[in-house]
Amino acid sequence: MKVLVKKEALCIGCGLCEEICSKAYFKENNVDKSCIQVAKGEANEINVCNQCGACIDICQVVALSRGSNGVVRVNKKECVGCFMCVGFCPTLSMRQHDDYIEPFKCIACGLCAKECPTGAIAVEDIDFETKERL
Amino acid sequence: MDIKALKEAHSLLAEYSYEPAKLDKGYTDKTLYINIGENKISTKTVTPEIKEKFIGGKGIGLKYLWDATKPSTKWNDPENEIIIAGGPLCGITQYPGAGKSLVVTISPMTDIPIDSNVGGYFGPYLKFSGWDALEVQGKAEKDVIIFIDGNKGIVKIEEAPLEAVDGHVVSEQLTEMYAESEEDKKNISVISAGTAANHVNIGLLNFSFYDIRRQVTRLKQAGRGGIGKVFRDKKIKAIVIRFKGTKGDLNKPADQSLINKAGITLHKQIHDLDDVQCRMRQIGTANIIEVMDKYDLLPVHNYQYGKHSDTFKIASDVFIEKFITQGMPDGCWFGCSLSCAKAADKFELLTGPYKGDLVTVDGPEYENAAGLGSNCGVFDPQMVLEANFYCDTYGVDTISFGTACAFAMECYERGIINKDITGGLELNFGNGIAQLELLHQMSRGEGFGVLVGQGVKVMKEVFVKEYGADADFLRDIGMEQKGLEVSEYLPKESLAQQGGYGLTNKGPQHDEAWLIFMDMVNNQIPTFEDKAEALHYFPMFRTWFGLMGLCKLPWNDTMPADNHLTDEPAKIPQHVQHYVSLYNGVTGMNIDKHELIRQSERVYNFQRVFNIRRGKGLRLHDAMPYRAMGPVTIEEYESRQDRYDQQLRELLDYNPEGKTTEEKIKVMRDYRYDQYEKLTDAVYKRRGWNTNGVPTIEHLKEIGIDLPEVVEVVKQHL
Repeated sequence: MKVLVKKEALCIGCGLCEEICSKAYFKENNVDKSCIQVAKGEANEINVCNQCGACIDICQVVALSRGSNGVVRVNKKECVGCFMCVGFCPTLSMRQHDDYIEPFKCIACGLCAKECPTGAIAVEDIDFETKERL
Repeated sequence: MDIKALKEAHSLLAEYSYEPAKLDKGYTDKTLYINIGENKISTKTVTPEIKEKFIGGKGIGLKYLWDATKPSTKWNDPENEIIIAGGPLCGITQYPGAGKSLVVTISPMTDIPIDSNVGGYFGPYLKFSGWDALEVQGKAEKDVIIFIDGNKGIVKIEEAPLEAVDGHVVSEQLTEMYAESEEDKKNISVISAGTAANHVNIGLLNFSFYDIRRQVTRLKQAGRGGIGKVFRDKKIKAIVIRFKGTKGDLNKPADQSLINKAGITLHKQIHDLDDVQCRMRQIGTANIIEVMDKYDLLPVHNYQYGKHSDTFKIASDVFIEKFITQGMPDGCWFGCSLSCAKAADKFELLTGPYKGDLVTVDGPEYENAAGLGSNCGVFDPQMVLEANFYCDTYGVDTISFGTACAFAMECYERGIINKDITGGLELNFGNGIAQLELLHQMSRGEGFGVLVGQGVKVMKEVFVKEYGADADFLRDIGMEQKGLEVSEYLPKESLAQQGGYGLTNKGPQHDEAWLIFMDMVNNQIPTFEDKAEALHYFPMFRTWFGLMGLCKLPWNDTMPADNHLTDEPAKIPQHVQHYVSLYNGVTGMNIDKHELIRQSERVYNFQRVFNIRRGKGLRLHDAMPYRAMGPVTIEEYESRQDRYDQQLRELLDYNPEGKTTEEKIKVMRDYRYDQYEKLTDAVYKRRGWNTNGVPTIEHLKEIGIDLPEVVEVVKQHL
């Protein structure tokens, strides 16, 4: 399964990943609209979906599902905008912005990883057991 | 199930096309009027004044019911209405519990307005279909179905002879019939009653939602007050609505952001804390069965006792381990992360017409386990679930049935009635099979069960008149007031809860005030004034849920981690602020927590005056049976002798040494009656009512519900 993996020790908190993500999906540079978010400080903490799928089971309208590549996606057509998945995400990586009535999340597209200057993030194709260990 | 044949047997009686009104800030400003006697369908406009004074939900329901009826209108007169309305907040998906419908009618049990709060998708779909409320008047000649297609803008009345009447069957049939595909089933909601509602007063309404994961139609109940009986008396088999296209912003709120913020905060709180707080997601309301027993508050054997050594057999964990399917998101409206709805899947029935069927049973709610279980001495989870299932599908209120059955059982055990009268049924406490047979009799419309189904009030009258029972004793032990059965909490040792039951508008239902823990366990409201303040604030606060289309449970069945540090923990201040935000967010108004209470006060007082208009709603109607207030019998007194003797010494300065139990009961009774009267005085004063329980004109003016027709009614009593 594809997942964006992180090495926080390498992160310098430049914010480039956030810019790339929000521009790619929402056509604006706005950290609040980025699927990956970095709490910048002495230790930069990268928050991004690890594709665990806990959200899939709590969605009443089955708008969340795992695709063939293992990535969890939001089906906006089915989503009724309750944001339960936002409150119930174990890593608080499901995003919500008041401009939209559906949540959004990292789909491990890798656009941000490609540009990361330090290699702190990368898309990897890993099996479930490896993921469990991570 | 040959749906095609069922559908082909329909004949169209009336059809109405409309352009679905656009929602704006929580309202469509239109309501749907249907007269099934005259086959007339029309649209009414909701005026700004109605919205200001009555808000929505039960407020608008009561207003329409007042306008539609005369003081003399009986429950089965054609002009009696069933009004179903959400409220401005009904249908939002971000905050848990926001899909409730409020149903209002003149009750066959109480002869005054009843209001009942129910989940399922009907309320939101009604609004998304363009209607703030649905008003049904008249009586059909033969069984009809009303169908509302909210996308196409069509309302139909159809004669429907072949569909089932029982809730679980007709809901499946009609979901299948009106859904355009398998995926479309979630866009259907059905209102139905059941075969027992054809015959007994304690009939209820089932509101359905389609459970995508289980692929079954689930039922939630508008239980109290016999609305199902009115529904069937009007010869309505079902009301079906279809709406496709639910999104999170269909209410067109003024400020979505306020709603999102409150909702996500609560979702997160429930995620983090529910497992260690109320376990609503694990077992729902049934979590308190063992808690009530522990605190001596669980009704046992018709409210004689508060605990039983067998309660462990119906404790919440038993249901979780043996019957309930967990971990499914199946809230009765989208976005309810509290998710108290629970189902036993593939439950095999042992009795009745569906014997051997594998069915889905919603529940048990706490009230079901306590009413059908402990109160009747039935400590068998299989029996409780089976009775729960049959109550729902037959359209019987589990609370009224539990309390009525417990009353009949006590009368049987005391020899007031016997086997000749019950038609051979051995109605001893604990006889779960006999309890089920009462339900089957109600469904068939025969036998002693039909009498039990008329409720405690009617049973008392019949037992006195026909069988020579002692009227005073039955008045003491018959747990009804205003004609409605007391719900399943033992109020005997909590004066505030006696008021919480007694000083209500519709009858003794805990949705107005549930103060047992505050009063008895936590001792937070020791004085009359404290209790009166609680019996003002909480009924008003809880009324507000019914104006909005909200569920009460997310208010205090989950709480912020730091709630105990707030100035008024019992009110859950952060949640009150959420509600203020939700209202302002949807409507664009700017209320605060004080205006929130005022909104409720208007409707609450209007409902009180509605009762007075119908010759009820006065002090004498607020009296409670003594079983609710103290020990009626020697057994009851002696089961708590130490506690009662101590109270006599400490509170009355009365030495119980050497006195007979009868003497002590008498002294205790005089004292407790006196306490209740003093409480009543204090509460009436706090609510702005005179000593007879009539709202004063000054008070009506102050809160802004001094409408001419309202003042006209109270004038005659001041």
